[in-house]
Amino acid sequence: MTTITSLTTPVQPDRGWRLFLRTILARAYPRLIGQQREKAWIFFETFLPFLATIGYIYVYRAIQAPEDYIGFAVIGGAMTAFWLNIMWLMASQLYWEKESGNLPLFIIAPNSLMAILLGMAVGGLLATCLRALIIVGLGAWLFSIPFAISSFLQLFLVFMLTMAALYGLGMLLASLFLLFGRDAHQIVQLLQEPVYFVSGFYFPIKSFGFVVASAASLLPLTLGLDAMRQLTFASGPALGFLSVEIEIGALLVLSVVFIAAAKYWLDLVERKAIEEGTLTDRRR
Amino acid sequence: MLNTFRRSFFPAAWLGWQIESNWTDPFMFLVFSIVKPVASVMILVFMYRAVSPAGTDSPIYAYIYLGNAFYIYVGAVMAGASYSILDDRERYRSLKYIYIAPISIPLYLLGRAVARFITGTIAVIITLAAGVFFFGLPLNPLGVDWLTFFAALTLGVICLTCMGILLGGWTMTIRTEPWFIGEAAAAALYLFSGAIFPITLLPGFLQPVGFLMPMAYWLELLRRAILGPGAAAFPTLAGFSNLQLFSILGAITIAFAVIAMLAYGYFDRVAREKGLIDSYHNF
Repeated sequence: MTTITSLTTPVQPDRGWRLFLRTILARAYPRLIGQQREKAWIFFETFLPFLATIGYIYVYRAIQAPEDYIGFAVIGGAMTAFWLNIMWLMASQLYWEKESGNLPLFIIAPNSLMAILLGMAVGGLLATCLRALIIVGLGAWLFSIPFAISSFLQLFLVFMLTMAALYGLGMLLASLFLLFGRDAHQIVQLLQEPVYFVSGFYFPIKSFGFVVASAASLLPLTLGLDAMRQLTFASGPALGFLSVEIEIGALLVLSVVFIAAAKYWLDLVERKAIEEGTLTDRRR
Repeated sequence: MLNTFRRSFFPAAWLGWQIESNWTDPFMFLVFSIVKPVASVMILVFMYRAVSPAGTDSPIYAYIYLGNAFYIYVGAVMAGASYSILDDRERYRSLKYIYIAPISIPLYLLGRAVARFITGTIAVIITLAAGVFFFGLPLNPLGVDWLTFFAALTLGVICLTCMGILLGGWTMTIRTEPWFIGEAAAAALYLFSGAIFPITLLPGFLQPVGFLMPMAYWLELLRRAILGPGAAAFPTLAGFSNLQLFSILGAITIAFAVIAMLAYGYFDRVAREKGLIDSYHNF
């Protein structure tokens, strides 16, 4: 009797913020759980950035750098996991979805693209945190890095704001990649080493000088890394670009700007998809 | 035999060049060719400048710069063979058609490697030019021992191609996440090749891995050819003469050529038996 009742009761679809939240959870699930099931991904996504990091550590050893620089390289190496996640699994995701034929389903479904991308961001962030922690842990263990954390609260705040701005940028890039052509694979590759360089993944950006470092600060990881190093190493404040408080303020602004820009462009993508009907065409 | 070579090698080289270059307009391709390698080497330049008071005159600076510049060939030629297989199998889904065509697959891979060698050469030249003009790399074209340079470069690239065919064959048999094979091999060898730091800095138990790989000898010969007596400042292989280094590199190249030939036959058989020639994964 109960079964019959449940079968005949019309299902009430979620709408509004409930649908938004459910979409986030639904899209976060494969990122968080699915990625952990793929053991090869876990290994290679941790192993490859760590190998590169070890290379840079030995460069610092070869030029007899102070020990804190080895820590700088490890933190930078850990953060590459987030940039790779942003580029390969956020920015180029809608493009891959188009290639695999899922994009039309995303667009005609009653949920918003913003919620889908937020789900990717939440799941990707948590999954990538694991890889980053492994890199930091291994680096600290193998190379005896002298951490000297001055404020856990500020460190947490910097990390969260950096991630908010970074994943906002990822959502923005996802819509831009979809709009502008079939070169996603190459553009993702193009944005790898240059961003590692400009954001100072392996060295303090203070060595750029004020003007270049300020321009580089438009990328969230630049200020995020600089602030994290200042809060994590004894020599960090002396090698920092701006004070941590200013960098926190700038990261807050970047977060708002990137998320707002992502919303604008995603709305544009949805509108174009409906108006022109060509956005999901794989030949474009 | 010649017909097979003509049918396999030249179209593959042309196809490879088209794949490498025609995804965008020439300007974007030029930007791509310049920005990526230069950014990669600039990371090392700024790491060095942030720490070392010795400036660009220090021998270790040229050691790091040149090693990183020429290592581009490893990613392009060796790892490139693995990507060629994956591109054809997974992305363009054309490997099965290539297989039934009257061509030799190893020669086809060799042709694809040539295309990547050309794009790699563009990147190496740009990186070296940037070093000379902007980053104080002490490279004087009049002082370069060009004979040693080209002999070492040729031998090294042949060796990398053999390693690439080995890797490409292996890639055909990988079912789960085959994309990582080329990247992992290039990244691991970066560490063990002495490209950006002397192998002697590695823990003792890891150093033999570096000495078994051809890159250490190849890069040493290239550095000696370019820097002349300045290259002798690095003690790792200082005890070897150029002739000895060429002999070691030659022996390793022959060894890899034999291994690649045997291994390719094995991997090819495994891939056919398991039906992996036309299988797609995660693309």
